[in-house]
Amino acid sequence: MIEIKDLHKSYKMGSNSLHVLKGINFTCEDGELVAIMGSSGSGKSTLLNILGMLDGADSGEYILDGVPIKDLNETKAAQYRNKFLGFVFQSFNLINYKNALENVALPLYYQRVGRKERQEKALNYLERVGLKEWATHLPSELSGGQKQRVAIARAMAAEPKVLLADEPTGALDSKTSYEVMDLIQKINDEGNTILVVTHEEDIAHMCKRIVHLRDGVIVEDKKIEQVRAESYVQ
Amino acid sequence: MKQLLDRDTWIEIFQSIRKNKLRTFLTMIGVFIGIYIYIGLSGAAKGLDNGFEKEFESVARNSMFVWAQTTSMPYSGFKTGRQIQLKLRDVEVLKKQNPEIMALAPRNVRGIFGADPGLITRGLKSGNYSVFGDFPDFTKIATKRIYDGGRFINDDDIEQERKVCVIGERTQKELFDEDEEPIGGYIVIDGVSFQVVGVHKFAGGGPFDNDSDIFIPFTTYRKLYNTGDDVSWFTIAAYDDADVVKVEENIKATLRRIHRVDPKDERAIGSFNLGEAFNRIFGFSRGLTFLSLIVGVATILAGVIGIGNILLISVKERTKELGVRRAMGATPSEVRNQIIIESLVLTMLAGIIGIILGAATLKMIDSLTQGGDFPYTNPTVPIPLVVGSLLLMIVLGILIGLIPAQRAVSIRPIDALREE
Repeated sequence: MIEIKDLHKSYKMGSNSLHVLKGINFTCEDGELVAIMGSSGSGKSTLLNILGMLDGADSGEYILDGVPIKDLNETKAAQYRNKFLGFVFQSFNLINYKNALENVALPLYYQRVGRKERQEKALNYLERVGLKEWATHLPSELSGGQKQRVAIARAMAAEPKVLLADEPTGALDSKTSYEVMDLIQKINDEGNTILVVTHEEDIAHMCKRIVHLRDGVIVEDKKIEQVRAESYVQ
Repeated sequence: MKQLLDRDTWIEIFQSIRKNKLRTFLTMIGVFIGIYIYIGLSGAAKGLDNGFEKEFESVARNSMFVWAQTTSMPYSGFKTGRQIQLKLRDVEVLKKQNPEIMALAPRNVRGIFGADPGLITRGLKSGNYSVFGDFPDFTKIATKRIYDGGRFINDDDIEQERKVCVIGERTQKELFDEDEEPIGGYIVIDGVSFQVVGVHKFAGGGPFDNDSDIFIPFTTYRKLYNTGDDVSWFTIAAYDDADVVKVEENIKATLRRIHRVDPKDERAIGSFNLGEAFNRIFGFSRGLTFLSLIVGVATILAGVIGIGNILLISVKERTKELGVRRAMGATPSEVRNQIIIESLVLTMLAGIIGIILGAATLKMIDSLTQGGDFPYTNPTVPIPLVVGSLLLMIVLGILIGLIPAQRAVSIRPIDALREE
């Protein structure tokens, strides 16, 4: 599903150049649930941005679902993001003047899905995250966990190849975190490929594979025994 | 374009406009005031223009009066201070030498310029009224509104030196009883009996106009008062496209030649150019129209710039939202178009409200000044100007929307989404 070969990325900071990613090689099969771990400054967010086509790499190859991703202009990148990727952010990033249903329907709008179908699909995904009754509520009327579940529904609505979650539990307490991870695990169970960036050990162990980044290189890449979040949720 | 026709685009835009009511209101107020001032001012200018037009509709726009005075320079053997007398035969020469003349009416009068007014009697009633000797051509220069059943002096009256007259409203009131029919009745002018053939309505416009004057045929007049070929003054109308000032100069030059006056003698022939005075008045209202155009356009411009300004701030405020949209797959052109359409909608909305309220204000002013002496009639803004101002707003709205739209597009989604 994802294939990365010898990926380099550096940022210019005035006259200095900061080499953030120093040759990343990484592959990810269909249906995997991967945790990307590392301390701050390890390059994990940069990697996720490149995977999310929000940022370009300096050198190296990136192939997503058989499509080489390179030399993208903004329009092409937007179309690829819409087609291939779903995003879940630490701070949810819901649009505050749209209700839950409209937020979920937004990526479908940019996919040119018809109004009616959009509403149906969005409602369907809201139901799957257990928030059907909250469809007409604004984000300000939802709790943090609910917001993140709406954001996950939004990311899933476009039926992406890969779901990218950047610290999805970073702004949540541990109980809500487990609920969100439970949801992510269930989505993964249905065969969706998910990448989770986190620095929390317990969250990482709820994935099936942990990739450790340190100073811009992968220092450890291991498959693990998945801890089901269900057991923490009553 | 496709985006413009999409219902969802509009839902998106109205959501974002509604989200921030205060912002929307403040944004719109600038353009609103601009178009309101523009519509109000240009409508008022038009109303004034119409008012003047109505006030002077009875007088030919390009008319003038020419009379003779005493010379101020010796010339051709004549001494200075000679009284010039205009003659009826001058008419032919004037017309031949000045093709710009549309109509020329020699006139004589008693009751103005020193001569005693005529004594008019009818039965036991009597009074003093100005008596004019006129040609039918006079109506081409200053229309006389004649009441039903009457007429003005015609060519037959002149030819046969008929003893007929046209009297003013007040003359009628003072000489006839209220229920009496004046047409066909007789009045005595300085001892001679005249039949009334018409009553004219007082129009007011040219000088010497009055509601109590009496018009009789020029030929009858000269017999009655023994004036021979003498003419008191000429009333002249030039064609509409002629330059009245120039025509006036030419006519005076012709008269100087006929009466052997020094060509440089400015005082021998007097004149009053009504056309020039009209031009000044209408120039004023044209100036007002022009001024309102400038003020209106400038204010609209200021308002539209205000919209651009606030949208720029709003784009900054919405950085995160726009970043999310981009991450969700909004292309840069979709984001750009959304901002431009927002700008356009705000501009047009403000503009249309301004036009409606401006028109309502004009209507109100119209009904307040109705029937008064103030020269103000039917203050409307010509449709092309309204359409033009709308087009201007569309163009400006799009242009000014481009700035915040470009700003919105230039924000990279990664920067917009960066966690603080």
